[in-house]
Amino acid sequence: MQAGQDKGRTAPQASLRSQDQVIILSGDLVIETIETLDGEFGDATGIDISDVAHLDTAGAWYLLQLRQQVSDTSHEIAIRGASAPQRQLLETVRQNMPPEEALDERPVTLFDRLEEIGRTVVGGLHIAIEMIGFLGQVIATIASLVFHPRRLRMTSLVHHMQEVGLKAVPIVALMAFLIGIVLAFQGSAQLRQFGAEVFVVDLIAISILRELGILLTAIIVAGRSGSAFTAAIGSMKMREEVDAMRTLGLDPIEILVVPRVLALVLILPVLGFIADLTGLIGGALMSWIELGVSPAVFQSRLVANTDVWHFAVGMIKAPFFALIIGIIGCYEGLKVGGDAESLGRLTSTSVVLAIFMVIVVDAVFSVFFALVGV
Amino acid sequence: MSEQTGSEDTVIRVRGLNKRFKDHVVHEGLDLDVRRGEIIGIVGGSGTGKSVLLQQIVGLLKPDAGQIEVLGQSVRDTSDAEYRALRRRWGVMFQDGALFSSLTVRQNVEAPMREQLEISDALRETMAGIKVRMVGLPENAHGKYPSELSGGMRKRAGFARSIALDPEIVFLDEPTAGLDPIGAAAFDTLIRQLQTALGLTVFLVTHDLDSLHAICDRVAVLAEKKVLAVGTMEEMLEIDHPWVKEYFQGPRARAAVGAAASGLA
Ligand SMILES: Nc1ncnc2c1ncn2[C@@H]1O[C@H](COP(=O)(O)OP(=O)(O)OP(=O)(O)O)[C@@H](O)[C@H]1O
Ligand SMILES: [Mg+2]
Repeated sequence: MQAGQDKGRTAPQASLRSQDQVIILSGDLVIETIETLDGEFGDATGIDISDVAHLDTAGAWYLLQLRQQVSDTSHEIAIRGASAPQRQLLETVRQNMPPEEALDERPVTLFDRLEEIGRTVVGGLHIAIEMIGFLGQVIATIASLVFHPRRLRMTSLVHHMQEVGLKAVPIVALMAFLIGIVLAFQGSAQLRQFGAEVFVVDLIAISILRELGILLTAIIVAGRSGSAFTAAIGSMKMREEVDAMRTLGLDPIEILVVPRVLALVLILPVLGFIADLTGLIGGALMSWIELGVSPAVFQSRLVANTDVWHFAVGMIKAPFFALIIGIIGCYEGLKVGGDAESLGRLTSTSVVLAIFMVIVVDAVFSVFFALVGV
Repeated sequence: MSEQTGSEDTVIRVRGLNKRFKDHVVHEGLDLDVRRGEIIGIVGGSGTGKSVLLQQIVGLLKPDAGQIEVLGQSVRDTSDAEYRALRRRWGVMFQDGALFSSLTVRQNVEAPMREQLEISDALRETMAGIKVRMVGLPENAHGKYPSELSGGMRKRAGFARSIALDPEIVFLDEPTAGLDPIGAAAFDTLIRQLQTALGLTVFLVTHDLDSLHAICDRVAVLAEKKVLAVGTMEEMLEIDHPWVKEYFQGPRARAAVGAAASGLA
């Protein structure tokens, strides 16, 4: 494996000629070999390298180190026997030697840790404030588009609706269908103990319509589209396309952010509706198989017992979740710097933060709806 | 470096090179020799395949036909181990830097050493530091990330990485493009300086007439899918070909000649 071997390096030798205290070096003084030399020399009067076959930068550095080590403080000894190119190499390296004193590293104290915690908290607050500012900017842009509807990029809007909406339908539908099945199965096992099998319809209807349908849809969309927003805008930012837009008088928020956020706000309720529907179908199917609740009974009980508000509560939350996912995805994308690593880091931040915020807001909504009593 | 076998001082030999992308022929019957210790300038219009030629010589692109020998070994028909050993003896600086964006400047220079050499961390760091200083980057640039550097500093960092392993040949793809004239001249001087100090052979793709005048020993003109002419700058003036005439005798070329002459005086 070692690359040095194939060139047949001769190991370097160093010895002290006793009559005139000159260090004689021979062999190849190159980066792979210099570490095999362990010469501890006392004072010497010179270094002779006429027998050195190859000398590279590392070899030159070694010679200069050695000279410093064996010279007494008053004057530097000479390096003899260097060919003209070798002399030039030595001179070049001498001019670029590392600075004398190495930076000593301070141990991390408790105080440093406290400071770090403080900085993180303040940094987090700043991000929150900035993000709210960004939200305001986007809303203001959308509002101005209401008055100048021609400035709205319809092509882009439709494209994003297809990307985040239509293409997500299969996965969202399948997910909700399976959740419906799981709920019916688990619910029936518990309710059968009380002989209250038929309440499984209420269980499924309320949990899917009110909470799970839209929440799980939002989580899937955050993973699918929130990350895609960050990655797409981030890579444009990285290639300076966003800056180019600004200089051309194009507003990145209007062109990149608004179509994406608007597409999400319009399409997430639709996806949520599809999730509700397939979830109920899955639940009905499993109730039929497990409990023998026929689809007709399921339907009539659903219509009779489930308040339409359960459905409404789910749908009301959808645009808010959409806004959270869209704003966080685009904001993180615009924060990408010049390096590829920040793109990856911010993409994952965007997904995690969006899912977290969706769940937090869902909890806030639960409290709110409980207070207003629906 | 006298252990070389075969043709003593031809370090790159290209014979009958053909290269096409789908039906777009880039090279057809291209021959080129590069001698040890020279700085050869490769010129040619945009899209004539200078970068493609470079990529084929260093083995990143596979030619459709023809031979390429570097340091006496064929680049195409070698075992992996031989190719790896050969690769260690050259350094490449790409047209747009191609620094690793998640590594600092010094870590970028350390990267090839880490891969190719088994040496101690301390020695590797010291040597990387020396290389970064050699290309004239200030002390505070060592720990910076590529995105925090100016274009010129990125080029210097790319150059430092290409000489990290003390190569025998360096391939530089338009090192001075995008630099201001003073920065470009400084870069030229740097190339010449390190070329003599490290005994490098330099394969220099460039559009910069000043560089050609200032540091190139020979110039190879790429046109009509092959190397149209090779020779010193003086010899280029003799060649009777419309593009070559336009290039070396146009208004900008005359200005560069004037500059080089006054620089010598
Ligand atoms: N990977 C590729 N696929 C298809 N065509 C390519 C590819 N790489 C290069 N080409 C084509 O080969 C030709 C030569 O490209 P090359 O990059 O070598 O030009 P160049 O001489 O370096 O130009 P410049 O001075 O602008 O850098 C161009 O026409 C380019 O379109
Ligand atoms: Mg090119």
